[in-house]
Amino acid sequence: MKLIFEARRKLGAFQLDAAFNSDGGVTALFGASGSGKTSVIRMLTGLSRPDEGRIIFDDDVIVDTVRGIFVPKHKRRFGVVFQDARLFPHLSVRQNLNYGRWFVPKSKRDSFAPIVDLLGLNFLLDRRPGNLSGGEKQRVAIGRALLSSPRLLLMDEPLAALDETRKAEILPYLEALRDKMNIPIIYVSHSVTEVARLADKVIVMDNGAVAMAGAVTDVLNQPSISMVHSRREAGTLIEGKVIHHDAKHRLTTIGFESSQFFVHGPEVAEGKTVRMYVLAKDVMLSTVYPQSVSALNILEGKIAAILTNAEGTVDIQIDCQGAALLSRITTLSRDRMMLREGMTIYAIIKTVALEPR
Amino acid sequence: MDWFSLSNEEWTAVHLSLRIATVAMIASLPFGIAVGLLLARGHFWGKSLLNGLVHLPLILPPVVIGFILLILFGRRGPVGAFLAENLGIVLSFKWTGAALACAVMGFPLMVRSIRLSIEAVDRGLEDAASTLGASPVWVFITVTLPLVLPGIIAGMILSFAKAMGEFGATITFVSNIPGETQTLSAAIYTFTQVPGGDAGAFRLTIISIIISMAALMASEFMAYLVGRKVTAS
Repeated sequence: MKLIFEARRKLGAFQLDAAFNSDGGVTALFGASGSGKTSVIRMLTGLSRPDEGRIIFDDDVIVDTVRGIFVPKHKRRFGVVFQDARLFPHLSVRQNLNYGRWFVPKSKRDSFAPIVDLLGLNFLLDRRPGNLSGGEKQRVAIGRALLSSPRLLLMDEPLAALDETRKAEILPYLEALRDKMNIPIIYVSHSVTEVARLADKVIVMDNGAVAMAGAVTDVLNQPSISMVHSRREAGTLIEGKVIHHDAKHRLTTIGFESSQFFVHGPEVAEGKTVRMYVLAKDVMLSTVYPQSVSALNILEGKIAAILTNAEGTVDIQIDCQGAALLSRITTLSRDRMMLREGMTIYAIIKTVALEPR
Repeated sequence: MDWFSLSNEEWTAVHLSLRIATVAMIASLPFGIAVGLLLARGHFWGKSLLNGLVHLPLILPPVVIGFILLILFGRRGPVGAFLAENLGIVLSFKWTGAALACAVMGFPLMVRSIRLSIEAVDRGLEDAASTLGASPVWVFITVTLPLVLPGIIAGMILSFAKAMGEFGATITFVSNIPGETQTLSAAIYTFTQVPGGDAGAFRLTIISIIISMAALMASEFMAYLVGRKVTAS
């Protein structure tokens, strides 16, 4: 799969001028609100046209303003999951799921049961959309999009309208979808944690243009990324391999670079590559090795840089034997501990603060 | 004279009224949906002119509408002459003419109801349907139409009720011919004009109340059925 997107469009004072490629997997379109993510997704969907530009999917030209090509939205076979689920209120869940299948030739239809199982929709089939919870609605919307046998799945902030509990409920389904369905996904989000968990590649949008693009671990660990996401979400994305799982304590050991991490939670298969996003505010610092603390993850490192924030906090970049960590502390702590670059320091991370991919 | 049994003449008026109102309602429905859609969604030159034209029967005295119909659809009128010569359709002084007059009078009510319900449809649902592969026609049939059904039903009932009560335009356009164009309202009016006609007028009034109530309750029931399906609780 190869998607080429190039578009320019003027919307009042806002100018969109963006170009990117995607070659399968989950590509996250990441940026603050108003950065142009939604404009891009609307053009991919076919809900709006670029003034100039082209969209090419594999060898299929979807939009080309020079050649005057514009494939209408119902012929693109791009599944779309909107922020608000947009289920048809006059149809049951089953009828909603089947809606897109009416327009797919019988031979090309995806089978119903596996997708319903994957998204856990079995008990909802005879319900009406009106009495589903927000998370359930969004799962039905994802199932409906998948069952229309799309070539590409576009997800426009599918979790943004949900509260934290619902998000946590739906994220595992999205991960299952990514791992089990062989379909390229464009995932629009302004949440670092979602992007860190789901995406393979990140395209950072800023002010109508592509500011950065690349593999998720590279992009999210760039210091300048904090310009884009909300400062409270600053952190480090760590990718490692599962070494061991201790069933008794429900602890998984994850090795990365020369360090090890302990993560509490359900069993993960050994040897599996996992990702964790460590929020800077969850990393505590100590100048001496803490002898008796409940936290399991204590990493020794050197202070690589001290970055001052506007709100009376500082971000300490720590080099832990080749791996970088970010810690956010107050300026008071920095002064009391007399932190300076090059100093040896211990970073303390509570195990529960981590979430494996 | 029996107070509770209808004479043949009275029965004929009741039958005729029901037939005229039903035909007027059904015949104007496709136009009502088309114009409602045009007014709700269309962007074209002369939209406010069309809107004004549709609402004219609501503002003008019914007699004026009847007279305009007489001029246009009468035997020597431009439209009437064309219809009579080419299609053999004669409207003046026929029950079909009465249906036309009733349809015209009820049209603004029908269009208004349909237009409002189309405007209330979430366009996002239509976008979702088209991304699932539905062409514009299919989107209209499978999403828009079911969602505006309550508005369409309400519009049909309003049109029917208006037709049952129509008097001025009908009597001006097609006169008051028993068995051909004498509707319930016209029959009641005729009874009140003759000595001793009170009993007949009274009986037809009762019938008229019963029909109106039945139509209202039927519409409430249908709106309940459709509403239950759409809001789904």
